[in-house]
Amino acid sequence: MLGLDKKDFTLLLIVSALVLLAPLLLNPFPEGSAMAQFNAGYPDLMQRFVIFGIFAIGFNILFGLTGYLSFGHAAFLGAGSYAGMWMLKLLSMNVIPAIIFSTLIAGAISFLIGWISLRRSGIYFSILTLAFAQMAFVLAASVLTPITGGETGLQPALSDPRILPEFLGGGSVTADGNIPKPSLFGIEMTASSEVAVGNWLWTLNWGYYLSGFMMLVAFYIAIRIFRSPFGLMLKAVKSNQQRMSYTGLNTRPYMLACFVISGMYAGLAGGLMAAMDPQVGAERMQWTASGEVVLMTILGGVGTLIGPVLGAGLIKYFENIFSKINKATLEVWFGVFPDWMTDLMVTIVYPFIGKGWHLTLGLMFMAVVIFLPGGLVEGGQKIAKLFSRKKEPETPGGEAKPAE
Amino acid sequence: MGILEVKGVGKRFGGLQALSEVNLSVKENTVHAIIGPNGAGKSTLLNCLVGKLIPDTGSVMFDGQSVLGRSPHEINQMGISRVFQTPEIFGDLTVMENVMIPCFAKRDGSFELNAISPTRKHGDIRDMAEQMLIDVNMQDKRNMQASSMSRGDKRRLEMAMCLVQKPRLLLLDEPTAGMARADTNNTIDLLKEINETRDITMAIIEHDMHVVFSLAQRITVLAQGTPLVEETPDNIKGHPKVREAYLGEAQV
Repeated sequence: MLGLDKKDFTLLLIVSALVLLAPLLLNPFPEGSAMAQFNAGYPDLMQRFVIFGIFAIGFNILFGLTGYLSFGHAAFLGAGSYAGMWMLKLLSMNVIPAIIFSTLIAGAISFLIGWISLRRSGIYFSILTLAFAQMAFVLAASVLTPITGGETGLQPALSDPRILPEFLGGGSVTADGNIPKPSLFGIEMTASSEVAVGNWLWTLNWGYYLSGFMMLVAFYIAIRIFRSPFGLMLKAVKSNQQRMSYTGLNTRPYMLACFVISGMYAGLAGGLMAAMDPQVGAERMQWTASGEVVLMTILGGVGTLIGPVLGAGLIKYFENIFSKINKATLEVWFGVFPDWMTDLMVTIVYPFIGKGWHLTLGLMFMAVVIFLPGGLVEGGQKIAKLFSRKKEPETPGGEAKPAE
Repeated sequence: MGILEVKGVGKRFGGLQALSEVNLSVKENTVHAIIGPNGAGKSTLLNCLVGKLIPDTGSVMFDGQSVLGRSPHEINQMGISRVFQTPEIFGDLTVMENVMIPCFAKRDGSFELNAISPTRKHGDIRDMAEQMLIDVNMQDKRNMQASSMSRGDKRRLEMAMCLVQKPRLLLLDEPTAGMARADTNNTIDLLKEINETRDITMAIIEHDMHVVFSLAQRITVLAQGTPLVEETPDNIKGHPKVREAYLGEAQV
């Protein structure tokens, strides 16, 4: 179906269902309960899940298939954001031109950077991409201030032209004198409808569903690439470049095409970010953002289809939920113990929450890399294997297998 | 005129003259062995033929066209395949995928952006690879990861990856190095069969004289970067110059 085999199609269906139902699934705790702070089903965060999912899927096409570790993907993310923002300022508040333009600009920039960086492989390639990204960051923060807004960044203003007609999202000012919001043919990205069932409150947000749809498209294209002869060639690059060139294949255009595709994914993610939350700063290009997508991909499972999306979700969840827990919350949790023990527990746990969520993330990352080199996906496979092994003796007529 | 004509090739690395005035003519559909003691320049010569090294002087013509200055993938597309001393295969991929990649290279050239159509839909490639695996008797290993196989099987796979492209010239760099006698004999039979049934010209570098004399129709002896003699195997066996090169000058 859709040119996918049964297994991949099932995976796509499952991911689609998860994206569709995320506002419900991520809000498992009733409003007002003590656990409600672990709910992640609010539009802002869900948008970040899927947008960073796109970023990580694209990164994984490069890193997972070819093994080339780029430390400069934030440059494409940032470039996409700036490009998208300029569309919102010049053309219209409609998000479609913004995300198309951001994808194209990121593609063009990744072509240039890839052209030069791909002359080297291994650590030298990583350093080259890192150097380019840092240069892009400095350019955005200072030299290119007329285009990027320098340190204040870029956001829509009342004076922007927005030349397209009103029904396509054009116009500088709304009827009531405000800056218009990013929209899709009249539907504002911030528009949500809230559904309350009992004590549960679910927010269905347009911006989230647009981003989610884009992620599904990105995911689908990634599956097609993984299963195509092009994907096979990229795996061959990772496995043995020498054999590849003695087999009559030119590795350079394969690598460059892969790098550009991966950059375009980052640009799409950047454009969506600008469309969901119309303000861009240079910090989006900083090397920490490049490092984050590496973490997401490794945490989820390098070279797997679904891994990067899981990794992106997990990291963004930690960043937003773990960082919100404070000392008072801890005191309530450990309040059931005697006072001295409460104090002790709070003292031990405190460094790992709030601003210290990076510590927790670091521990988790170490655990995954050491025990599950294949990431969360490998973890899932191990659990699945455990269950299927337990079930085996129950199959009718099957003989019990000796334990190994 | 041979299919491969090497004329006056010289190559210097710093102070070492690795090759000087090498002439070699490989006739179509023959097996041509290049032998010589260690350091004679055999591997350097081979690297000059496949584009890994560019000789300082001389010319290398394949089928009337110069290969000098072309990169390895271009030379492969001209019809020259190479088997390495230690098998170079795609270890992470399955045996089937290993054989399909050269099929794609043969059909689509050195680059083709086939990013959307699924690999399994390329039936012609699949059939080509499948037939090759049957020919080398590896069809039952098609879904194995290539790196998990024995060295002999890896060698056989590499051979299959070269043969499936129907090269006009196959270059072999010590194809039996480190093999047990039984494996060596199997390889000899395989190469003999390839040469006879597929019309593939072969140039082979080898230390094992048993292999050389079972396969080659012509032999070039290389010593200290220059060819000593080019002869038939029978004439090489007792040749005084060859003895001299291998054993050193006779003491009087």
